[in-house]
Amino acid sequence: MGDNEICFETDDRYNAFLTTCKKAPHGPGALAGIGVAVKDNISTKGIETTCASKILKGYIPPYDAHVVELLRNSGAAIVGKTNMDEFGMGTTTENSAFGPTLNPCDTGRVPGGSSGGSAAAVAGGMVRMALGTDTGGSIRCPAAFCGIVGLKPTYGRVSRYGLVAYANSLEQIGPMGRTVSDVSDLMQVIAGYDRRDSTSYDRPYTHIPCADINGLRIGIPRQYFGGGVDPEVAAVVTRAIGRLEGLGATTVSCSIPSMEYALAAYYVICTSEASSNLARFDGVRYGPAADSKKPWHEAYQEVRRANFGTEVRRRIMLGTFALSSGYYGKYYAKAQVARMNVKQDFARIFADVDVIAGPTMPTIAFKLGEKSDPLSMYLSDILTVPVNLAGIPAISVPCGKVNGMPVGLQVMGRPWEDERVIDVAFAYEQECV
Amino acid sequence: MATESEVTHIAELADVGIDREELGIFTHQFNAILEYFDVLDRVSGDTAAMSDLCNVMREDEVEPSLPQEEVLRNAAATEDGFIKAPRVM
Repeated sequence: MGDNEICFETDDRYNAFLTTCKKAPHGPGALAGIGVAVKDNISTKGIETTCASKILKGYIPPYDAHVVELLRNSGAAIVGKTNMDEFGMGTTTENSAFGPTLNPCDTGRVPGGSSGGSAAAVAGGMVRMALGTDTGGSIRCPAAFCGIVGLKPTYGRVSRYGLVAYANSLEQIGPMGRTVSDVSDLMQVIAGYDRRDSTSYDRPYTHIPCADINGLRIGIPRQYFGGGVDPEVAAVVTRAIGRLEGLGATTVSCSIPSMEYALAAYYVICTSEASSNLARFDGVRYGPAADSKKPWHEAYQEVRRANFGTEVRRRIMLGTFALSSGYYGKYYAKAQVARMNVKQDFARIFADVDVIAGPTMPTIAFKLGEKSDPLSMYLSDILTVPVNLAGIPAISVPCGKVNGMPVGLQVMGRPWEDERVIDVAFAYEQECV
Repeated sequence: MATESEVTHIAELADVGIDREELGIFTHQFNAILEYFDVLDRVSGDTAAMSDLCNVMREDEVEPSLPQEEVLRNAAATEDGFIKAPRVM
């Protein structure tokens, strides 16, 4: 082993990795020699990047994503690419073409998704920190299910250059780790302006977590504690919020009426964007070959039928349908109005409170195979998707257990106040963990 | 409600293909999801208000890009420095 590489060996008992780098080079810097796992939808030059799909099997990106460049510049060692739901489409990591990841807390249960491999790699002690991506909860859900910390940054704070697009207007790359400090340290490396992402904003992150939340006002939306939320999960989260009150915070009841249709709006928008984004996978420029002797559509359908998973094909079809003439007004246009209403609901509440808190997920981690019906899987995203529709920052921090499984406290903040949600999570962690 | 023939049509438009055996279950699940989407009928208004965002423009300047061989490396079939694709006509 050379001075500037770390040796990464793992039995990967949870199927957290799709690719591992046994000898991972690193340089000097803030994360010098720290092994970091990267979700497999983030481009890594020279390292296979599949999005857990057969349609990208064998694809070796010729360039690094912006966040990967920043990781390398910080001295981090990229030790592997983590398993996920194919193209980020799922809440369990069971939609991977390369088998599900198991939850290190109970291997009979899912780790959550879609960044389930990253969460399991951290929770299972294989790496200290990892990158995930969050389109509708894909960082926060697996963080909650595996008992780790995960931050979905404000939209625009982290460059999406080199992230294989699923739903551009909703997704952000974000840090995952065992502690709030680790998540903050990783955020410091990946945040910042990048001209190659036209939605990038010049807001570097240089924060050191601070546990003083005296005088903080916390909004408690009734929709986060109502029907559909497991009462035991709600009770654990309510107790956790009580601990924040003990640290000098005050709570204020509030309501997000647009949550009535937020989930439907989210699925219309993400599937519509997916139907456009995933048109590029045609077996021509990368991935398994389309038969170039056959007519275009026939060759194209054959390669996509064989290499996309069922859920990916379903979402492409839903999006195609939602955007088709005659249905556009009923679905896509209405979803955009709904999205604006969600944004306005948050803005109204944030005029009166500093953060909003509630459970990250309505239940503990599902058993493997439990969510076989697509709609029932979608419904479990109800508490995480509003944040993506509004583009605001949110963190999930472990706050207790139900039946031996971790529960996540979700703290949502105003746009660009990622620092504040970090501080609230840090205050909770310092007090209670 | 989408019929089986509509679902087949959508699968063709989207170029994802659909098999006879999976058509029934796909149509059933598709309709359950569309029925759930009907909650959007309760949203009033047809167009979202303009947001406070603005376009980001830049000069259209030639910059260094990837060498040709690197771009072609992941393609399944190439010929004379081009990527080979199925025939369109």
